[in-house]
Amino acid sequence: MTPLTIVESRAIPLALANVDTDQLIPARFMKRPRTEGYGPFLLHDLRVDPQSEASRLDDPAFAGAQILVARRNFGSGSSREAAVYALADYGFRCILAPSFGDIFASNAVKNGVLPAIISEADVETLLNDSMLRSGGLVHIDLAQQILRVGNHVVEFEIEPVWKTQLLNGWDDIDMTRSYSTAVADFVAHDAQARPWATPSL
Amino acid sequence: MSSAPRTIIDKIWDAHAIATREDGQTLLWIDRHLLHEGSFHAFDQVRRRGAKVARPDLTFGVADHYVPTRNREAIAPDIRRMVDQLVENTTEHGIALFGLDDPRQGIVHVTVPAQGLTLPGLTIVCGDSHTSTHGAFGAYAFGIGASEVAHVMMTQTLWQKRPKRMRVRVEGALPPGSTAKDIALTFIAQVGADGARGHAIEYAGPVVRALSMEGRLTLCNLSIESGGRLGLVAPDEITFAFLRGRPFAPKGEAFARAVIDWRQLASDRDAAFDREVVIDGSEIAPVVTWGVSPEQALPISATVPDPKLILDVSRAEAARDALTYMGLSPGMKLTDIRIDRVFIGSCTNSRIEDLRAAAAILAGRRAVVPGLVSPGSATVKKQAEEEGIDRVFRDAGLEWVDSGCSMCVGMNGDLVPAGERCASTTNRNFKGRQGQGARTHLMSPAMVAAAAITGHLTDMRPLLEGRAP
Repeated sequence: MTPLTIVESRAIPLALANVDTDQLIPARFMKRPRTEGYGPFLLHDLRVDPQSEASRLDDPAFAGAQILVARRNFGSGSSREAAVYALADYGFRCILAPSFGDIFASNAVKNGVLPAIISEADVETLLNDSMLRSGGLVHIDLAQQILRVGNHVVEFEIEPVWKTQLLNGWDDIDMTRSYSTAVADFVAHDAQARPWATPSL
Repeated sequence: MSSAPRTIIDKIWDAHAIATREDGQTLLWIDRHLLHEGSFHAFDQVRRRGAKVARPDLTFGVADHYVPTRNREAIAPDIRRMVDQLVENTTEHGIALFGLDDPRQGIVHVTVPAQGLTLPGLTIVCGDSHTSTHGAFGAYAFGIGASEVAHVMMTQTLWQKRPKRMRVRVEGALPPGSTAKDIALTFIAQVGADGARGHAIEYAGPVVRALSMEGRLTLCNLSIESGGRLGLVAPDEITFAFLRGRPFAPKGEAFARAVIDWRQLASDRDAAFDREVVIDGSEIAPVVTWGVSPEQALPISATVPDPKLILDVSRAEAARDALTYMGLSPGMKLTDIRIDRVFIGSCTNSRIEDLRAAAAILAGRRAVVPGLVSPGSATVKKQAEEEGIDRVFRDAGLEWVDSGCSMCVGMNGDLVPAGERCASTTNRNFKGRQGQGARTHLMSPAMVAAAAITGHLTDMRPLLEGRAP
């Protein structure tokens, strides 16, 4: 996983609440392998409407955006990691919102995407920020947990564990394998403690 | 082991904690890992690392998300590939599969519990957010993404942070006609679709205790729609009676031993919860959703809300957006909303009791709109046919089809056409969930049956008069 420390790019305002993972990637696009790229299908069914908030994904004024600002409960619903694939393949590295679906946030971190929590008031301010709306650069510093747009500075929250993981680009599997002795001890003890836990026909 | 009072959530957690890091992350042992066609991303990750599935004996595959519900001989090639891929992947790793032709095939959250694979006190994961369903047995069950699926495949463990604990106590007694679905939608409307975020929920109180296993499965299923990590019900005699004799459940002495352990799985009297929610069960009426989030739900007697009267900017705009998508106007009676079709199925409401409840309303009546009834598993389908319930649906004019996720998620091609409005027993009224441009109203099976008969959202209670529920 690529470490994430600083993100500086344009930011797309998406003034929508409850953007669920079905919106982020409609189910019919999930049959293809990841190698084909999921970016074109991000928010597909909202984005086709040129009047919609999501149409900014195709607006040249926001080309190269790696930051998305949205309202509460972003990424709720289905556990489909393809929702994060779509965001990451489009180019997003940071999503700012007042709250995230738990599974989505975890999936995001596993793919090097920062789910940064900011207050509802800060979201509304950013969504209306003229500099941000005109494609101005937003600077995000994960170590400091701040974002800057012009002279405006906003602090964000992130689970400390996820912060460390993103900063270091850690891989869970390698970490877990270093616990193999503890796992073996657990399994031996558990077989005695819960003999009924193993399925048998 | 600590002697401080603990919740059931902590008891199961502690029994599965292998190691805890300084940063608070705990490595949890996973007792059951459930796979479906969507698991191909994780199999690809495992393959890329040249790794193997660590514990195929604790891993089970079920074909459900993409399976056709009719004419299984003539599957479209892209759908066929999804089902075949699961066969190839599970075969390669020596994993048992309830595949397309298996008599146990069905929706993973319906057929796995019915097989006795879901037991109290187990940790259960699946790459599906509705894995919370299995909490009905007092299991610690939650949905995970593909990277975590790959991690469990390779290690049979998962790094997790101990969740906050929420207790939802449903007091009193449910009025006739109100169901587990109505409890869940009432709770979600009260706390919001992100209200239980970061929490594991224990459902408790006399109303929950009185629920059958089917009802508890429905209630726990919808935990994710409140943002909860998982939801569970402490096991009791109803749980044990359901499990006794199930194919994969412990047998004889082993079962007796298990029940002794399972009885310990109750929250201690003074155990602390981070949050308590109390709901008066006697106030719960049949509920329907009017919007595009499960939190946008109201009793059937209500009217469509007016966004102008919602003070919170974000929520008011969400309501406005929902009404536009749903084609509804503020102030109209919910019972005046006309529907185009119905769907009875999904991991939320497709078990035998759900089918019986819908059939009780439909018996001797005709649906005025088309509709699909997809039982939760081949086993449920067979049982319903033995009870003659399939005839009730067919005679009413509804289509009786095979089991799968079907029109809840539309992956297999069972779709609601754009602009059409569907009364549905499913779990998500998200935009486009049942098909691009489709409009979904969530409700209980009996409420869907009532809507099928009248062609509009309907209070089912008068239609039940003089009939056994």
